[in-house]
Amino acid sequence: MSTPVVSDLSSPGPPVAPRDVAEGADPVLEIRGLCVEYGFGDDAVHAVSDCDLSLGRGRVLGLAGESGSGKSTLAMAAIRLLRSPGVITAGEVLFHSRSAADGEPAPTLDLLAAGEEELRAVRWSEIAIVLQSALNALNPVSTIGAQFDELLATHRPGLGRASRRDRAGDLLELVGMTADRLRSYPHEMSGGMRQRAMIAMALALDPQVMILDEPTTALDVVTQREILEELMGLRDRLGFAALFITHDLSLLVEFADDIAVMYAGRLMERAPAASLFRAPRLPYTYGLLHCFPPMHGERYRMEGIPGSPPDMRDLPPGCAFHPRCQWAMPRCRQDVPKLEPLAESRREVACWLHRDDATAPAELTLPDPAVAQPRTAPVIDASAGRAV
Amino acid sequence: MRALARRLGVYLLAAWVAITVSFLLPRVVPGNPVAGAIARAQSSGICNSICVRAIEDQLGFNVHTSLWVQYVQYLGNLVHGNLGFSWSENAQVSSLIVSYLPWTLGLLGVATILSFIAGTLIGVVLAWRRGAFTDWLLPAATFFQSIPYFFLALVLVLIFGETGSLLKWFPSLYGYDIYGVNPGMNLPYIASIIGHAVLPALTVILASMGGFILAMRNQMVTTMDEDYVLVARAKGLRTGKVVWYAARNALLPCVSNFSVAISLVVAGQILVEIVFNYPGIGYHLYSALGALDYTLVQGIFVVITLVVLAANLIADVIYVMIDPRARQDA
Repeated sequence: MSTPVVSDLSSPGPPVAPRDVAEGADPVLEIRGLCVEYGFGDDAVHAVSDCDLSLGRGRVLGLAGESGSGKSTLAMAAIRLLRSPGVITAGEVLFHSRSAADGEPAPTLDLLAAGEEELRAVRWSEIAIVLQSALNALNPVSTIGAQFDELLATHRPGLGRASRRDRAGDLLELVGMTADRLRSYPHEMSGGMRQRAMIAMALALDPQVMILDEPTTALDVVTQREILEELMGLRDRLGFAALFITHDLSLLVEFADDIAVMYAGRLMERAPAASLFRAPRLPYTYGLLHCFPPMHGERYRMEGIPGSPPDMRDLPPGCAFHPRCQWAMPRCRQDVPKLEPLAESRREVACWLHRDDATAPAELTLPDPAVAQPRTAPVIDASAGRAV
Repeated sequence: MRALARRLGVYLLAAWVAITVSFLLPRVVPGNPVAGAIARAQSSGICNSICVRAIEDQLGFNVHTSLWVQYVQYLGNLVHGNLGFSWSENAQVSSLIVSYLPWTLGLLGVATILSFIAGTLIGVVLAWRRGAFTDWLLPAATFFQSIPYFFLALVLVLIFGETGSLLKWFPSLYGYDIYGVNPGMNLPYIASIIGHAVLPALTVILASMGGFILAMRNQMVTTMDEDYVLVARAKGLRTGKVVWYAARNALLPCVSNFSVAISLVVAGQILVEIVFNYPGIGYHLYSALGALDYTLVQGIFVVITLVVLAANLIADVIYVMIDPRARQDA
């Protein structure tokens, strides 16, 4: 691989894909037909069923859903870090590396078929993860510096001890910490600082993909916003793609380019963030969006989603959401809808209301915002003082 | 360091309690040691008041002074290393204990450390390869953990011991060949010591290792599900490094378990020494009890307590060394 040993953090990095590039044009991570089960045989729980998802280079894809809908399982399975007794039963996950300099086709690796050594080379240097609670994600018995050091020593054997330390210090400063924190143990830092240190560690090898599994759920809202804005600022500068998993749809609307909604282990709707937010097509997304109150505008009566999430061991036949759906039709009780593109746009939805001659209710046919609105500009400016 | 100082304080308190109990016990049991000694003296002749006074002085039981004065005197003697005089061995208790202690500490120390290290390593492997064929070790470990030391010792003597009836591979009596070699720094003596230590050490190792295996394995299984182990794998670290991440963290509760286990091992060792007539402190505690030699019993009791407390302190120091969180003052 022609990646430089240490990338210069102050350089703008590879160009960020423009916002209006069609989704799927230049994917960095492609998940195809992924199925994950917990347990074996007839008792197995189908945690993820037949999921297709592709993450564009340099883009932020939000993955939303209730607890237990299979979001984390999907992401962890994609990088082969499933905890037992999870088993991947079908599918492929293609990682398309950066194209080599002289116009050669980008090398592609099927992560699910890769051997242990191939996988180890890709892990963290190309695909890094940030987990929900950095308290548990950092090794409690070694210092932050030691954890940076072993990471760099493993993946960048050419680096000397001193340059590894310098690099670690630079990375901490990149996320707004001071280099003397390298001597700290995780328990000596606050939750926000630990998460920053984790993000700095995730950036250490200049990965192409970041998997953010509820990265700010354990933090208070102020810290949460600070860290997310910083993360997105870093994304704009360093150009990594992010798979952002959260149950908080309102965060995704703000920080993601595209959003995919999961329910009961299936992808149900997928659309550019603004379209999904302003004009949901799926009854479940519609319900989710009406679960949190807007800060501004008219007061109105909140409507939740009636019922409770399905029992994954005993899913209802047909569309798993039909028992809670106010627009359920007879067909919804029999056939499982597939995620298919809608005629008029590049968004996809798995719902019988939008198929064939069914007429979707007015709530689900609001006009699509014509152009995907640009995400709010990152608060942390690349030229501001935080830059190295 | 203040954490350690606090622990040290707790141990000093425990030592004081043990010393005080060992002072009080012979004074509250019916039929005090002085009466026993007088009866023995009278059986071989007449014991007049001077003789009674001499016995009282020798045993440190001056019934004519208050308990408090006796206690202060006892503590004073202890500070000077004076544990009294053993009539059954006809020597100072302190010098007797100094001659017993190396046997016990040598056997116990080597066996326990070997057992802890081997048990911990086996526990790590069992946890990492959960579901593999190595799982048959688990019931074996549970079996050995639940077997009493003395019973295991007897079985080993029966199978492997020279005084047993089957293989007769290893000597099973005394600390060395008391008829064949001369004590001193010579090869036959040292070889004889090692040969005689095999079966007692094997007993202690087999009986204590099961507990260490199970503790480490269970701890490790829990630790392997922690996020930092997942992250270690996600970081693309080598498998050995990932195992080390989990093992290093799983080791912490096991080291504190070790403090608890050490007193059980010492208790087991006493029985093992009795079975093998091993010239350590446990065997002599047994014979001193049989001879109603109260001063010797008292001295050995105090020393065993101090040894266990010292082992605990060492385990605490190691714990503080390997867990940065314990260095903080809570």
